[in-house]
Amino acid sequence: MQIYLPIADIPVNVFLVLAMGLAVGFLSGMFGIGGGFLMTPLLIFIGVQPAVAVASVTTHVAASSFSGAIAYWRRKAFDGTLALTLLAGGIVGSAGGVALFTWLRTLDQLDLVIGLSYVTFLSVVGVLMVAESARAINRSRQGKPAELRRPGSHVWFHGLPLKLRFKRSKVYVSAIPVLAIGFIIGVIGAVMGIGGGFLLVPMLIYLVRVPTATVIGTSMVLIFITMTATTVLHAATNHLVDAVLALILMVGGVIGAQFGARAGQRLRGEWLRLLLGLLVLSVGLRFAFDLVLRPDDVYSIRLIGGAI
Amino acid sequence: MRLVFLAALAIASVLGAGTAAAERLVASLTNHHVMITSSYTGVELVLFGSVEPDAASLGRHGSYDIVATITGPRQSLRTRRKERVLGIWVNTQARTFVDPPGYLAVLANRPLDAITNADNLRRLQLGIANKPLPELIHNDIGEVSNDPFRAALVRLMTERGLYSEQSNAVTFLTPTLFRAAIALPAQVPIGDYAVDVKLFVGGTLIAHTESAFEIVKVGFEQFVVNAARDHGILYGLAIAMMALLTGWIASVAFRRD
Repeated sequence: MQIYLPIADIPVNVFLVLAMGLAVGFLSGMFGIGGGFLMTPLLIFIGVQPAVAVASVTTHVAASSFSGAIAYWRRKAFDGTLALTLLAGGIVGSAGGVALFTWLRTLDQLDLVIGLSYVTFLSVVGVLMVAESARAINRSRQGKPAELRRPGSHVWFHGLPLKLRFKRSKVYVSAIPVLAIGFIIGVIGAVMGIGGGFLLVPMLIYLVRVPTATVIGTSMVLIFITMTATTVLHAATNHLVDAVLALILMVGGVIGAQFGARAGQRLRGEWLRLLLGLLVLSVGLRFAFDLVLRPDDVYSIRLIGGAI
Repeated sequence: MRLVFLAALAIASVLGAGTAAAERLVASLTNHHVMITSSYTGVELVLFGSVEPDAASLGRHGSYDIVATITGPRQSLRTRRKERVLGIWVNTQARTFVDPPGYLAVLANRPLDAITNADNLRRLQLGIANKPLPELIHNDIGEVSNDPFRAALVRLMTERGLYSEQSNAVTFLTPTLFRAAIALPAQVPIGDYAVDVKLFVGGTLIAHTESAFEIVKVGFEQFVVNAARDHGILYGLAIAMMALLTGWIASVAFRRD
């Protein structure tokens, strides 16, 4: 069944978009990520203009992360203090990211920077996660404790001033690295047009040593707040949020996220990290091929000024 | 359908823009308003018309030739070229085309160069190759001949079904009655379209007439576009609420405990 998207100005197959929403929603619920880094390239692939895709995906991410956040909230698998601290850094980072975005666009190289950022972040994060989780799985196979937390895992920046006790996560670290992570996620999210969950989750796990139990719920809460704000900002400034596209995506997304969250709770932490690492790495490689391989057509056209 | 066709043809004959030339050329379209609704996936319009010979033209030899040019709303485009820099493909060069048509179809009953000579085609700007597509060059606007960027623009637009040149699209049903199908793909730009029909006899332009149609969004589609454009913040808040509501409904509906 084809339906015409009023802002994107193209007809799409409802069931195809719904299935994409379901699939990405499932992964987002399972791993506690927004799924923007998967959904945006998919939409561009079926012919939606990149600007409309980025703006409409934020809405989908807001909906699926909200439904996921409620599910984790009920299980109390969420750390409010940690989410607030990250949010404080994230707001400053978003403002900086928007300024960087505007500056890069005037240089006519925004596409390249976005492509390179995807490759760099996705590949590095993917490789690190796969390596770490493989080691953890190996350790548990040999009967040793798989848990990362051990006396030697205290890193220098944990001892910085402004120490905060994140009760629910059972960590007592300086607020500075947490604020810094929030800031970095804010910058990257604004430039790449994503929620940043796939970066936030590993950063919290490996740098702050937040246990897997609370990290996903916390990440969900943070993403739903920032993505709701971004939806309103996109609609108010660029007028590129497609309500019809957003609705189809979010209906698929929230249903998928519920099943994903359940599947995620059944999997063991290190296996979850291995799967997410492989997923992130494969998307990163896909972007790398696009940059390195000779394109089918070296020419491309872009509409100046947008469709409406 | 046939009745509508004939009735429209009759109206077209009365209103038709005849010229002072020997033949009168009348043409019209099956539809002057293409409405974009939620089920729109592209449409085909039919251009039809007739040539009315008069006493002066009866002695003339040669058959009629029709060239119809459909020009869509203009929009500025940027054509970019990638080159390999340090192993990765980067957009290194770009040209801005100033207001090229977003849709361009040249329909004829036989190849353009068989209808008239190259000079006439160039002078009358017939065919995609003879359409001016001005570029922005250092704050100046001008034509660039043999430009690979221009060729790329035409090629990419043709691949999307937005530019086309068909030498068999116009068919003569009788020696004087003709029809042509105008294919509008799903991605056509919204706005006003101009239809220009030219009649040639033996390589000479005898008469021409013009028509027009518009592509508009209606109903819900128009409402969404207006809301997004005129009330951005409210529209954004409404969509954000919709997102949170959808997320909440899902979490309630799927609650197991």
